Amino acid sequence: MILEAKHISFRYGTDSRQILNDFSLKLTCEERVGLIAPSGSGKTTFCKILAGYEKPDEGEVLLDGRPLSEYKGYCPVQMIWQHPEQVVNPRLCMKEVLAEGDHLEQRIAEGLGIETDWLNRYPAELSGGELQRFCIARALGERTRFVLADEISTMLDLITQSQIWSFLIQEVEKRGIGLLAVSHSTPLLKQVCTRVEDLE
Amino acid sequence: MDKKKVILEIKNLSISFQQYDKGFGRTELDVIRDLNVTVHEGEMVAVVGSSGSGKSLLAHGILGILPYNGVIGGTILYDGGELTRKRKEQLRGNEIVLVPQSVAFLDPLMKIGPQIRKGKKDPESKEKLNRIFESYHLKQEVQELYPFELSGGMNRRVLVSTAMMGNPRLVIADEPTPGLHMKMVRRVMSHFRELADRGAGVLLITHDLEQALEVADRVAVFYAGTTVEDADVSDFAREETLRHPYSRALWRALPQNGFQFIGGTQPYVKDLPEGCPFGPRCEQFCEACRGEIPYRELRGGKVRCLCAE
Ligand SMILES: Nc1ncnc2c1ncn2[C@@H]1O[C@H](COP(=O)(O)OP(=O)(O)OP(=O)(O)O)[C@@H](O)[C@H]1O
Ligand code: SF4
Ligand SMILES: [Mg+2]
Repeated sequence: MILEAKHISFRYGTDSRQILNDFSLKLTCEERVGLIAPSGSGKTTFCKILAGYEKPDEGEVLLDGRPLSEYKGYCPVQMIWQHPEQVVNPRLCMKEVLAEGDHLEQRIAEGLGIETDWLNRYPAELSGGELQRFCIARALGERTRFVLADEISTMLDLITQSQIWSFLIQEVEKRGIGLLAVSHSTPLLKQVCTRVEDLE
Repeated sequence: MDKKKVILEIKNLSISFQQYDKGFGRTELDVIRDLNVTVHEGEMVAVVGSSGSGKSLLAHGILGILPYNGVIGGTILYDGGELTRKRKEQLRGNEIVLVPQSVAFLDPLMKIGPQIRKGKKDPESKEKLNRIFESYHLKQEVQELYPFELSGGMNRRVLVSTAMMGNPRLVIADEPTPGLHMKMVRRVMSHFRELADRGAGVLLITHDLEQALEVADRVAVFYAGTTVEDADVSDFAREETLRHPYSRALWRALPQNGFQFIGGTQPYVKDLPEGCPFGPRCEQFCEACRGEIPYRELRGGKVRCLCAE
C-alpha cells in the first residue's frame, strides 16, 4: 500500500500563520520514514492531516490512489499521540480503551510490557509511560496499514524507549505496516527509520 | 559545600494502594518502598528512572494529592518540620508548587488566565502573567481560552507558568518539557534554574537525562519504587563514576553512548523478586543480592547495591 500526501497547505483559522506550505510526502508500507523539522513547524498538524483528523486547505491525502476520506469504517492509518492522557477516555477502564481499537493479538500487549492487572485499571491509575503503551497497542489493530508516531517516546525512560522502538520496528516489519516517525531527536530517527525526511 | 539548609527530606517513603478485587477480597499494592530524596535550598535535584518507578506518585505524595485509596508511610520533612496533611494543604500552591505531568490537572471549566493567577486580579499579578506568557511565546489571548482549546505543547507551557507565578520555596516539576521544541525546553529549564539560584529547592522529574545533566546539581535514580542511587551530576560524565548497575545501564542508553539497552523489564509490584529489585536484570547478581540491600554512602553519593564500590 502507498500513503501519499500531495501538495498539502494548511493554516488554523484564517488569520493565523501558514503552518504547512505545499508539502508532499510518499510512504509505502515497507518503509519507516523519519520526519525531522525545526521548532514548531507543524509536525503534529501534518500527522493529523495524514490520519484524516484535519482537512488540508489545499492538497490531498491518498491511500493507494484513493482519497483517505473514502475509506469507511476502521481507518487503516492510525496515529499515536504524544500525550496519552489527552487521547484516552478517563471514564473507561483500560480493557475498554483497548476495545475501542481493532482486534489485537495477545503478543502485542506482551511485547509492549503491558501487565494483565493493568487492564482493570482506569487511566489515572497508571503512570504516563504505562498509559502510552496502551495507546501504542490500540494503534496496532489487525487492519492497521500505516502508523504515524508523533513523539511517542518522550514519556518513557531511555531503556524502555529503545525496547518499545525495537518492538515496534519488528512488528511493522513483520506485518508490512508503514511507519512515519516524528521526533525532535535526529539520532533516534536515524536508528529507527529506513529514510529521514526534512519537513522544509 | 553542604552549608545550605535542607528544604525537603524524604525518608523511607512508602506508598501503597488498597484494591478490592472481585473474589479476592482486599489486596495491597506496595508501589513505593524505601524512597529517599533530599533537596537543599538553592539546589536542583533531577529525578530520573524507569517508567512506572514512582516518580509522579512521589510528587503527589509530597503535595498530598494521592487518590483516596493510597496509603502513605515514612517521613516527609519540609523546612525542618514534618509535612502533615494540614501543612500540605496550607503550603500547596503557595510555598510548594507542582507542575504536573498530565494536562488533565488543569480545570477544564476555568479560563487559562484566571486559573494560573488563581483568581488574583491585581495589576501586579496580571502584569507578571503577561510577562511569563510572553517569554513562553503564548499570546495574551490564550488567557481567555479554556484548556481544551489549546494544543498539547501550549498546555504544557501553561502548566510551567504556574510555577513561575509566585515565589515558591519548593518546586516540583513532573516531566515539564515533552512536546516543547529544543529552544523552549532550554528556556523552561533555565527558568527553573533561576528559581533555584534565587533560593528555591527544585525537584525536576524527567526522562530527558541529557537536559537534566545540563541544569541540575544532583540526580536521584529510581527503579521499581525505590531510590537506587544519589549522584552528583558530574558523576554522569563517565560510566565508571556511577554507582548502581541500573544507573550505568541508563548511561549506556544515552544516544551519545550508543543507545544500548538491557533486556528484561522492571518487575511488576506483585512479582517483585526477593532482595534487590534489579536482580533479574543484573549482570553482577550474586546469592547475597536476594537479601536486604541497605542504602549506603559511597564516594560522596549513595547507592542501594551490595557490589558497588
Ligand atoms: N491509583 C493507582 N492504583 C494502583 N497503582 C497505581 C496508581 N497510581 C499509580 N500506580 C502505579 O504506581 C507505579 C508508579 O507510578 P508513577 O506514576 O509514580 O510512575 P512514574 O515513575 O511517574 O512513571 P512515568 O515515568 O511513566 O510517568 C506505576 O506502576 C503505576 O501503575
Ligand atoms: S544488589 Fe546485586 S543484583 Fe542488585 S544491583 Fe547490586 S549487584 Fe545487582
Ligand atoms: Mg510520571
